[in-house]
Amino acid sequence: MREQDIQSSSEPDDEIVMPHRGGGKAFVVLALVVAATVVIAAAFAAGLLSTGASKESVTITGAGATFPMPLILKWADEYHNETNGKVKVNYGGGGSGAGITQIKDKHVEFAGTDAPLSASESAAYSLVHIPETLGAVVVAYNEPGLSSLKLDGPTLSRIFMKNITVWDDPAIGALNPGSTLPTDQITTVVRSDSSGTTFVFSGYLAVVSQDFDSLYGQGKSVNWPNAIGASGNPGVTQTVKTTPHSIGYIELAYAIQNQVQSAHLKNHDGNFVTPSPDTTSAAAASLGTLPSGDGDWSQVNILDASGADSYPIASFTYILIYKELYNNQTKMNRTAAEALVDFLWWAVHSDGQSHADEMYYAPLPASVVSGNEDTLNSITYNGEPLR
Amino acid sequence: MNRHAYRRLKDKVASGLALACVVAGLVPLAYILAEVVRVGAPAIDWEFLTSRTKGTGEPGEGIGNAILGSLLLVGYASLIGLPVGLLTGVYVSEYGNNRFGTTVRFFNDVLANFPSIVIGLLAYALVVDLLNVGFSLIAGSFALAIIMIPIVANTTEEALRLVPNSLREGALALGVPRWKTVLKVMLANARAGVVTGSLLSIARIAGETAPLLLTAFYSNYWSASPTEPIASLPLTIFRNYNSPSDVLLQQAWGAALVLILMVLTLNMGVRLFMMKRKRKTKAVKKTWKTRLSLRA
Amino acid sequence: MAARRPNSLFSMGRKDKLFELSVMSVAGLTLALVWLLVAKMILDAQQSISEFGIGFVTGGAWDPNRDVYGALPFIFGTLVTSTIALLIGVPVSIGIAVYLSELAPPWIREPLSFVVELLAAVPSVIYGLWAMYALRPVMVDSIEPVFVALFGWTPLFDGQPVGLDKFVAGVILAIMIIPTVASVSKEAMRAVPDSQREAALSLGATRSETTRMAVLSYARSGIFGASILGLGRAVGETMAVTMTVGNANLISWSLLDPGQTMASLIANNWGEAQGLQLSALIEIGVVLFIVALIVNVLARLVIGRFMKAVPTTGGGI
Repeated sequence: MREQDIQSSSEPDDEIVMPHRGGGKAFVVLALVVAATVVIAAAFAAGLLSTGASKESVTITGAGATFPMPLILKWADEYHNETNGKVKVNYGGGGSGAGITQIKDKHVEFAGTDAPLSASESAAYSLVHIPETLGAVVVAYNEPGLSSLKLDGPTLSRIFMKNITVWDDPAIGALNPGSTLPTDQITTVVRSDSSGTTFVFSGYLAVVSQDFDSLYGQGKSVNWPNAIGASGNPGVTQTVKTTPHSIGYIELAYAIQNQVQSAHLKNHDGNFVTPSPDTTSAAAASLGTLPSGDGDWSQVNILDASGADSYPIASFTYILIYKELYNNQTKMNRTAAEALVDFLWWAVHSDGQSHADEMYYAPLPASVVSGNEDTLNSITYNGEPLR
Repeated sequence: MNRHAYRRLKDKVASGLALACVVAGLVPLAYILAEVVRVGAPAIDWEFLTSRTKGTGEPGEGIGNAILGSLLLVGYASLIGLPVGLLTGVYVSEYGNNRFGTTVRFFNDVLANFPSIVIGLLAYALVVDLLNVGFSLIAGSFALAIIMIPIVANTTEEALRLVPNSLREGALALGVPRWKTVLKVMLANARAGVVTGSLLSIARIAGETAPLLLTAFYSNYWSASPTEPIASLPLTIFRNYNSPSDVLLQQAWGAALVLILMVLTLNMGVRLFMMKRKRKTKAVKKTWKTRLSLRA
Repeated sequence: MAARRPNSLFSMGRKDKLFELSVMSVAGLTLALVWLLVAKMILDAQQSISEFGIGFVTGGAWDPNRDVYGALPFIFGTLVTSTIALLIGVPVSIGIAVYLSELAPPWIREPLSFVVELLAAVPSVIYGLWAMYALRPVMVDSIEPVFVALFGWTPLFDGQPVGLDKFVAGVILAIMIIPTVASVSKEAMRAVPDSQREAALSLGATRSETTRMAVLSYARSGIFGASILGLGRAVGETMAVTMTVGNANLISWSLLDPGQTMASLIANNWGEAQGLQLSALIEIGVVLFIVALIVNVLARLVIGRFMKAVPTTGGGI
């Protein structure tokens, strides 16, 4: 291979390139692009360009569970209007696992999680749990010919453990006499990210199935056999929606908002219950006393609750914040800290809770609200309580 | 059929196969462009381009903050990436005839095709973690700059190599100092190649997603602060591509359309310009060719 | 005197030395910075390395619940999707290269090359979006059922077409490596001296026979290098794969089953990993880095300075 061949290989007829400056126009474009971005950035920084937000606007960033995400985003929007654009609440989703990791690393100011911290985590980090709403994990499926599907705990476990692989399995048939079940294989859809919804769902399966408990166990990530993984509740919802013969677990709000069918589950009392905000509240009725905000919440659950109308896979979901909001890492200033506590106060009381119903979540029981009040009153900034 | 006709048939079939491969390669491109336009165009209007994302799926959202974010990420990245890449390319081309230069050149060639998620990891390690800036515009720009540098270095080096030696020698023979020769003679004549390479590298980083996942995170608000998370077009697509909400899915397609327009315009503009230049030089070439054919 | 590039021996004067030094330090700085970050990355993976040792590469379980991590499912996933990408992408790319280099009328060469290279400009995330909504239905309704009908009795196509699996990921990867493999192969073919073609033609060979005997065999190493380069891109591809591969952290032989690659695992689990899991994830990044390094260096050595033909402006990974 001669040097000439290589050099001219892309332009075999141009053995010589004329000294010809060129590039004038392109240079102008390039310079414009770079200059424009710098100017825009400077303008924003100088506050000359904005969407009407005042100079003292406060941004609070959170991340975590997609379980309550529709409600939290609704709150963020309402609160933004409520404070005349002063407070911006960013909620990035990402799953409970991400929320917990990021608040531990202090990359965010609050985290959302449906899985409470373990006892050791609670001891190691001075984070408080603030249950902000109640939701339900439903079994969503895509089988257009099946207008209603009844399942119980053990059968559900076997489906997700891949012991039951086809829709017309006798176990499913026994629970749904009178329905013609298709012969297709069941495609299970699960969460690919570390998820509180998985924690709640696997927690239920572990309660109702010894096999599941010993082979897989409860966790934010489960080693599901051969299932499609999708990211976040929206991802699982969309995957079930677009995959015929699939079954997955998602939060109630997503199922209703996106017209995805959900199964009727047999509860602790033996009744087949339809998931809804009412049956979720019924499950919460069996709740005992909750720990204090800074206590150990790892044992709190309302899974497989007793009660005629209780939905078996209901759960609280929590917001985690630091008890002491001043720290060197986040450099959260006092205004932001106040805004955070005010936002949470607003959310757990009727201002926020009044939106729960329209978003298909259940409102907090009074006892939980008063527990949250105590917790929020204990939040300090540089030692001083903020409220 | 005799042997001759059989061979001719084989020839036709082979040619047909080759053409079929071309079609097979081009169909996805056409299909992608068609789909993005078909699904994304209805989403685009002035409100869409100037509202911010909210993530709720209610109407009234837009991708304005994502467009701004992408411009800022690319702009800041260019501020670092272009000069560093340029100087690296200059070094390799002008002074790099030694062990060190060969190492740098080799290294840049390899890095230019590297998995960008690994580069995101590197940027995370330094900016988000070590320097503790957290998820931010600056972390994202840093990751993009690392991707940019080898590309700009390579294209600068190539552009400089194409400038005839005679120009360098002529300038040096006239007593122009080395550094001036490089700047005013070599770079000036390589300007077209350098600039087109820079524009192409900008088009490339505008579409990067993976490194931003790890560094810039996301934001639903208008932001220009270097130390806060920021929205971007590729991440808007990624966050919403699997959303059951039609509004959010539309957002993803709309963002895809804006992004692909930006990227393709840059690419096509650059290449059309390069093709025009080649035609210009071809016209002059004939007279030189005869004279230079006397060289070895 | 033969034309010779002056090296630094010829620079005189303080300004010259200063200029050279500053340019050299910029070049060196980038080099140093990247290697420093690589070192930090390896350091961050230390916890996982010492915990699992070499067993990490052979470990088949990725279980955050039990804090046990192994890279095997993802190395497997990367291998499978890349192999599919090469099996489909390389022949098509060679076909395109042959057409562009040997068969196309001259007036179409330039614009057609340009259009093929435009494939490289499309950002990966847009490929993924398109794959979800346009490619997936085609695969599920038309293509995968054909394979199930023909090969469903083998473990390779056991299962029902869902469209989020290693096969679809492989197909989208194949499309994405076409511009790279095709353009470098084309350059390799164009570099074949005309004398070779003329010799074959003068012996009475048809166009395709000439191509096969004279061009393809002569350009063998270039095409091989192009394929390795394509492999390098396939291995490192993140977004389009994450969006199509199905995200299941296990090894399964059926191409219709979901899987996970090293790159997609990192993209999926980044925000949430901590402690040992984070270290393990970074170790996966290290493995990916080493694999990509080996493949790209190999490609570079095989192709040599053809690298300039590579569309380095591939639209985002």
